[in-house]
Amino acid sequence: MKLEHITLLVLAIFIAAFAYVSSTGNHEWSGADDKPEAVIDELTGGSYHPWAESIWTPPSGEIESLLFALQAAFGSIIIGYFLGYYRGLAKAKCALQAEEKEGNLNARSAR
Amino acid sequence: MAGYVCQCNGDVMHIMEGFLPLNWCVFWYALSLPVVVYGAYKLSGLMKNSRDVLPLLAVSGAFIFVLSSLKMPSVTGSCSHPTGTGIGAILFGPWITSLLSIIVLIYQAIFLAHGGLTTLGANTFSMGIVGPLAGYLVYKACMKRDVNMFVAVFLAATLADWLTYIVTSIQLALAFPAATGGALASFEAFLAVFAITQVPLAIVEGVVSALLFKYIVQLRSDVLLKLNVASPSVLKKLKEACA
Repeated sequence: MKLEHITLLVLAIFIAAFAYVSSTGNHEWSGADDKPEAVIDELTGGSYHPWAESIWTPPSGEIESLLFALQAAFGSIIIGYFLGYYRGLAKAKCALQAEEKEGNLNARSAR
Repeated sequence: MAGYVCQCNGDVMHIMEGFLPLNWCVFWYALSLPVVVYGAYKLSGLMKNSRDVLPLLAVSGAFIFVLSSLKMPSVTGSCSHPTGTGIGAILFGPWITSLLSIIVLIYQAIFLAHGGLTTLGANTFSMGIVGPLAGYLVYKACMKRDVNMFVAVFLAATLADWLTYIVTSIQLALAFPAATGGALASFEAFLAVFAITQVPLAIVEGVVSALLFKYIVQLRSDVLLKLNVASPSVLKKLKEACA
């Protein structure tokens, strides 16, 4: 089995698991009750207060998702650019090799 | 108010700003910074002597960027995100990967209120050092035993992801030991939050990393040889000839 197929299969299982879990229970998909802050509160009896705050918080969920999307887009374009560039190089190299082979054959038959 | 906050804002990845007492912040900074500095030193050597590997370094860094921006829902009903550090660790080793990770962590701490500057040392230690180091060691061990290369990448990337969260649990447990049972009891409580949520994500990350690695093997096996990532015989078997 090709690795591409395995990847697709794993992703499909992952999505199916998400669909199943979200259809069977009432989840917020936020980890609201089980996030670490809640655990810290429980462990310390609510006596711990964060002593620093983020220097900047995205003013809305939309802006936050914009920044996350930019992060992903920036990374993807780098990966795509270099893989595409190398693929083109490899292809050109193959074509050149094939041409040389052909050239040699022609030269030999001419002789 | 709570409604607009990103659905996954409670996500369990990095330790939030201010959520570690000052002494622990300093402690983890002290452990992480030397590693990152050494990573920068190694990187400058790489930039001087083997510039042809730099595009792959960019790809490894970009992979961390992409994967750590994807907050994915898990079977536990909460969200978390993968780390993407496996590829960098395999190709360039844990030192340089720690540097790549801290860049992503700083971006997220400053622009996304995700993680934090006070907890940057701790987060770098878990995501940038222990995870990649484990992935690197697993990959090397697999290669020595002639495990299929892509299986090795899968195991390394999955473990690098998962261990990041284990370390985060340890860091929080050390800072917040339970009144009864101490740090060990806290560790179990934090682990319950992190570990299960992360298992499916770590598996997905492992598979996707293996796929990316396949393309790298096909396109730049010369760089893999140069970086001593794989032996010529292994590469010869995997690489597809000119079509």
